[in-house]
Amino acid sequence: MAATDVDVFSNEEKRNLSLGGHVGFDSLPEQLVSKSVTQGFCFNILCVGETGIGKSTLMNTLFNTMFENEEASHYQNGVYLRPRTYDLQETNVRLKLTIVDTVGFGDQINKEDSYKPIVDYIDTQFENYLQEELKIKRSLFNYHDTRIHICLYFIAPTGHSLKSLDLVTMKKLDSKVNIIPIIAKADTISKSELHKFKIKIMSELVSNGVQIYQFPTDDETVSEINASMNAHLPFAVVGSVEEVKVGNKAVRARQYPWGVVQVENESHCDFVKLREMLIRVNMEDLREQTHARHYELYRRCKLEEMGFKDTDPDSEPFSLQETYEAKRKEFLGDLQRKEEEMRQMFVNKVKETEAELKDKERELHEKFEQLKRMHQEEKKKVEDKRGYLEEEMNAFNKRKAAAETLSLSQPVKKDKDKKKSVNMENQSGVSASSSKVMMAKANVEPLNCQSWWQAIQCCTCLVHNATWRPGGLF
Amino acid sequence: MQRDTGVTAVRYSESLEKQYVGFATLPNQVHRKSVKKGFDFTLMVAGESGMGKSTLVNSLFLTDLYKDRKLLNAEERINQTVEIIKHTVDIEEKGVKLKLTIVDTPGFGDAVNNNECWKPITDYIDQQFEQYFRDESGLNRKNIQDNRVHCCLYFIPPFGHGLRPVDVEFMKALHEKVNIIPLIAKADCLTPNEIKKLKDRIREEIDKFGIKVYQFPECDSDEDEEFKQLDKELKECTPFAVIGSNTVVEARGQRVRGRLYPWGIVEVENQSHCDFVKLRNMLIRSHMHDLKDVTCDVHYENYRAQCIQEMTSKLAQDNRMESPIPILPLSTPDVDTEKLIKMKDEELKRMQEMLNKMQQQMHDKEQ
Repeated sequence: MAATDVDVFSNEEKRNLSLGGHVGFDSLPEQLVSKSVTQGFCFNILCVGETGIGKSTLMNTLFNTMFENEEASHYQNGVYLRPRTYDLQETNVRLKLTIVDTVGFGDQINKEDSYKPIVDYIDTQFENYLQEELKIKRSLFNYHDTRIHICLYFIAPTGHSLKSLDLVTMKKLDSKVNIIPIIAKADTISKSELHKFKIKIMSELVSNGVQIYQFPTDDETVSEINASMNAHLPFAVVGSVEEVKVGNKAVRARQYPWGVVQVENESHCDFVKLREMLIRVNMEDLREQTHARHYELYRRCKLEEMGFKDTDPDSEPFSLQETYEAKRKEFLGDLQRKEEEMRQMFVNKVKETEAELKDKERELHEKFEQLKRMHQEEKKKVEDKRGYLEEEMNAFNKRKAAAETLSLSQPVKKDKDKKKSVNMENQSGVSASSSKVMMAKANVEPLNCQSWWQAIQCCTCLVHNATWRPGGLF
Repeated sequence: MQRDTGVTAVRYSESLEKQYVGFATLPNQVHRKSVKKGFDFTLMVAGESGMGKSTLVNSLFLTDLYKDRKLLNAEERINQTVEIIKHTVDIEEKGVKLKLTIVDTPGFGDAVNNNECWKPITDYIDQQFEQYFRDESGLNRKNIQDNRVHCCLYFIPPFGHGLRPVDVEFMKALHEKVNIIPLIAKADCLTPNEIKKLKDRIREEIDKFGIKVYQFPECDSDEDEEFKQLDKELKECTPFAVIGSNTVVEARGQRVRGRLYPWGIVEVENQSHCDFVKLRNMLIRSHMHDLKDVTCDVHYENYRAQCIQEMTSKLAQDNRMESPIPILPLSTPDVDTEKLIKMKDEELKRMQEMLNKMQQQMHDKEQ
């Protein structure tokens, strides 16, 4: 049907017809019921409260079974949520119950961020459902709904008022989930104190604008009981799984030296009221409220965030398809732009690094040149020195050779030799100078010898040629 | 008969009994003087709001100290800071006068962020010590007012599984400054089994975290068995699980302090209901003076020693070279730092030498 056709029909007057006989569509509710019974129900409870306040015990008491639970420690770093799913069955009705526990709540010294994990968990469940709803191929009828239907907030029985942490947390949760506040371990508060305590709590909640769950009063069959229950909020509960013999019955109770607190005794605590309201009367309403109010709010906020609107600037109803296409194009455009940017950045970076490297290379080259020059200079110096050294060596060897020849030619005069040798020694200084002179002479003819031995031999030849007598050259 | 102390104990033989010296009346003289002087006691109560501290104090001293008290709302408490409020009353019983001061700590643990919420409390205790130290070192010591906190009752909530981080931190910050007596508050929410489990848990955790709570002094070996038995029971009962009440109810034909429930009446002074009587006896009837002694001899002396150390080390720092005032020998912390400095100097020298050696080597290689 096109959009225009529907409009035409709704403007027509709806007529009431009376039936001539029994048609049978009054069995519709039963059909609905039998369908839901075959499908099974699912219910999710979130328990928020300090460690040790009695959350697990109350769950065990409410559902009359022992869900496995280890005692939590007080020394967690933060708040963690621990969901556990159980399959329960009563007569022919199946219930998939999920209990989510807050572990470590209220234990830290700084509790400013304690509410965050809880809010995140609730939002995640909504998000999962939203994703499922938006899928092209979706199967909502057998989707395991994990959205939290009810949050039981456990208040410590101080007898004065709410704690600051309670107020802060409840304010953050009231728009996301149905909250029922309950006073835990209520067997420590006497009746008169309890009355005052309840009034104080409710007035604090009201004055701070916290919206807790109100039992519905629009359906006549349950409105009366619901209205009276609303006046009893918050419920003061006592939980116990141990049985104590009272009279000739064994009831669930807590045994004290001064008496026995019976869990199901209405004058002792409000446990029965809580069970009635939570499970026997309003469970379905809780699920409906979660879906119709809290989930819708979440969905609206989320989609608005993404940029969807119900009507575009011209007040024409938008089609999801078009908006989706537009969004997609925008998104792709964004991606491309980002890619370009990154590429540009990369290119720039490469250029920079290249320039840097070139600079460095140049520097290195210069250094190399410099070093080479230095090396050359050093080499020259070394060569010069070597030259000097060799000349000295030559001179010395010449002198040595000369001395030897001299001593050979005059072997008799030992004394003289001695003297001479002494003289020689004395004259070594002189001879040194003469050797220098010799060297000077020797230098005139450049020696083209490869090694010093050859050089010396050349020198000796020169010596032979020269007239040489101790004491100097003539 | 000689003893190790070198003091000869003289034994009076039967015949000398008539020659009675008379110093056996000393206790009576002490008694008379102390009654004349009067006593004072400062008690601090700490714990979260709603733990029943005020009610317990009223039950302990059978008076109503908190007549016009204004309690804060949850909203106001979100950013609350801890205050210190003193209530002083003079009470008298059989001629004995007691000046009782209750130090209250409203706001402790009530805010959302309780970081260092015990700091105002430790500061207060230190202040009182400092005040007394100044007075004691003053010239006129005739009328010193002793405002030091003699005992701190710490209320642990019974709703948890043991000590919480804030409890541990508080006790660790205070256990060396004041006698801490931990109590399990509002014990009427626990069955006897649960109480036992919780007490064991708390004692375990106190040991684990190394918290030094007030220990009852050992009783003398020559006391009779009954007394010793009582003493032992007392020690095994800690931490005491207490219940307080501001109201009087009719139970078993008597008018007693208690709490009226649809399922029964909790009597505050019934030993099988809670440990209130034990606490009262311990706190007031037998150990009040010991608490004062421990505060004076241990906590105050620790504070004083620390104070003096700090002062001398500061002096030493200020005037290193000249010291016109004869300074007391430097306390160990300074000696330690000097040693450290020396060590570091030596290390530096060693490294310098190594560096020189390496440079030399390189130089040689070059040549």
